Amino acid sequence: MTEKTTPLWEVFIRSRTGMAHRHCGSVHAADAEMALQAARDVYTRRGEGLSIWVVPSAEIIASDPSEKGMLFEPTASKIYRHPTFYEIPEDVGNM
Amino acid sequence: MTDALFTYVLRLADDAAILSQRLGEWCGHAPTLEEDIGLANVALDHVGQARALYSYAAEVEGKGRDEDQLCFLRVERAFRNCLLVEQPNGDFAQTIARQLFFSAFMLPFWEKLTGSSDATLAAIAAKAEKEAAYHLRHASEWTIRLGDGTAESQRRMQEAIDLLWPYTGELFEADDTVSQLVAAGIAVDPQGLRAGWLATLSRVLEEATLTLPAQGWMQTGGRDGRHSESFGHLLSEMQYMQRAYPGRNW
Amino acid sequence: MYTQALNARETETSAPEDAERLAAFQARIDAEEKIEPNDWMPAAYRKTLVRQISQHAHSEIVGMLPEGNWISRAPTLKRKAALLAKVQDEGGHGLYLYSAAETLGVSREELTEQLLSGRAKYSSIFNYPTLTWADIGAIGWLVDGAAIMNQIPLCRCSFGPYARAMIRVCKEESFHQRQGYELLLEMCRSSEEQKAMVQDALDRWWWPSLMMFGPSDTHSTHSAQSMAWKIKRFTNDELRQKFVDATVPQAHFLGLTIPDEKLAFDAESGHWTFGEIDWDEFSRVIAGDGPCNRERLTARQKAHEAGAWVREAALAHAEKRAARRAAAQVAAE
Repeated sequence: MTEKTTPLWEVFIRSRTGMAHRHCGSVHAADAEMALQAARDVYTRRGEGLSIWVVPSAEIIASDPSEKGMLFEPTASKIYRHPTFYEIPEDVGNM
Repeated sequence: MTDALFTYVLRLADDAAILSQRLGEWCGHAPTLEEDIGLANVALDHVGQARALYSYAAEVEGKGRDEDQLCFLRVERAFRNCLLVEQPNGDFAQTIARQLFFSAFMLPFWEKLTGSSDATLAAIAAKAEKEAAYHLRHASEWTIRLGDGTAESQRRMQEAIDLLWPYTGELFEADDTVSQLVAAGIAVDPQGLRAGWLATLSRVLEEATLTLPAQGWMQTGGRDGRHSESFGHLLSEMQYMQRAYPGRNW
Repeated sequence: MYTQALNARETETSAPEDAERLAAFQARIDAEEKIEPNDWMPAAYRKTLVRQISQHAHSEIVGMLPEGNWISRAPTLKRKAALLAKVQDEGGHGLYLYSAAETLGVSREELTEQLLSGRAKYSSIFNYPTLTWADIGAIGWLVDGAAIMNQIPLCRCSFGPYARAMIRVCKEESFHQRQGYELLLEMCRSSEEQKAMVQDALDRWWWPSLMMFGPSDTHSTHSAQSMAWKIKRFTNDELRQKFVDATVPQAHFLGLTIPDEKLAFDAESGHWTFGEIDWDEFSRVIAGDGPCNRERLTARQKAHEAGAWVREAALAHAEKRAARRAAAQVAAE
């Protein structure tokens, strides 16, 4: 392996539907401009996007999968955050 | 006037078709996977332009020919593309230099042509303008990257600029066909684009630490059907199917 | 399929891993949970995936070459645009797949090196030559048709990044098979001469297409484990049968003959039965002696070597720019 590695970038596209930027894949590029161009050429060939973000993959900070329990399970019991937790008589109508 | 318009549209169509033919040769062979996809996008833009322009040329001519007959059933001497677009791909630097020279001209050209009194041409120009803007961005950034990259890439990029420079003069030629249509408000006067074109090139080449060649002798002949030796080979490949199986549907 | 060589290879016995963890992992898979790159996974799962995804990626990249052979000779501008867009898509699919493999800790450069050195395998189908324009139609119809059979279940693969890549690939690939079939239909309708070209293409591509699904289930060593891990959802033979059942009527619609004397419809099962595949040819082509193995690899090597200075330049320029920016920042402070 003599070849130097070209950095990896994560690509986020905001689609026409007005949704938030959404992760759609990655590209290799030496610099940010090249990454943007590659992202445009690779991930918007079918008119998918209106805006692109690229982020160096190395800059993504991810939560630890082994902490999944600690991070996400405590919310499972908070059912009072959901509308169906509260009983309203049908006569009141839609609420 | 109809003859002039036909010739004018045909020249633009041939430019697009021949450049797409060259760019298509890269598919599967580019320096990176990302760039392979990028170059194919540029090629596809030109195929689209060629189709729209040939169809319009056929309509103007009014002899019942279609886009494919114009593209695949004319001989070398009937092609009206400029010499620049038919130049072989060479190394990646040569392809980028060809893209830079051509797109730096075509962007302001299409911009101006959107004001043409010919509605069809104006509409084609409006679409092509956006495509050319991206082509110029793509070529400029690569020129800078290669010029200001390694010693080898700088040498190759400068050689490519020098090699293709003599084919740029033709972009600004205005013969009777052009002047007649300029007067009618249909065509763009290419002479008026020269200063802007040079300014774009100077800016890019300076950032790329490259040198703009001295004016020098300019090659000519493409608009009259006098092409490079390599052009016949390009056509024999491109037209093979239509020549081998005349009159078939595909 | 695109990873057919996997089936022929022996599994290495993995180092003993914590039985509890393995059981928990399998439980997640059984519950149809997706495994993500940072999750714990058995070493053999990771290894199988890297091998499968990278073979799949290599197949896409090498697969650009036989069809690319006709871009410059497409008979009409419409067909040229479609073919160029299709071959470009294949490059894109290779890219998505390399990215999925990279989440498992191998770099694109390593994977490329494995392909170029001849160590990595790719689908045998791409070692056959495209001799006429009808081959372009046949590839779209048969090769992409076979690929879709395989890829649709892969959209539900247990490994998240692979499944997501396949969803994207399947969405994009829906036009590939249709453009191939439409092209053949046009040829068959246009003249007897063209129809003969199409029949000739079918004669040459039919059996290699059936080989794409890999060895029959009785000889496929990896299947059981891959099925348990939900990397694979159907066996090679199941997918092959599905493909034959879908394709035979399409051939008949074109007025073509499938080059298999044993082909017959079994009314009882509702399936088409077919003759024996030439497995010697299959092994030979996988091992490197197909008609085009050398050309394909040489073409990839040439492109890689010819592009080395460009990739170096891009990195060098990025470093220079970063250094200049840093210097400017220091100066400003």
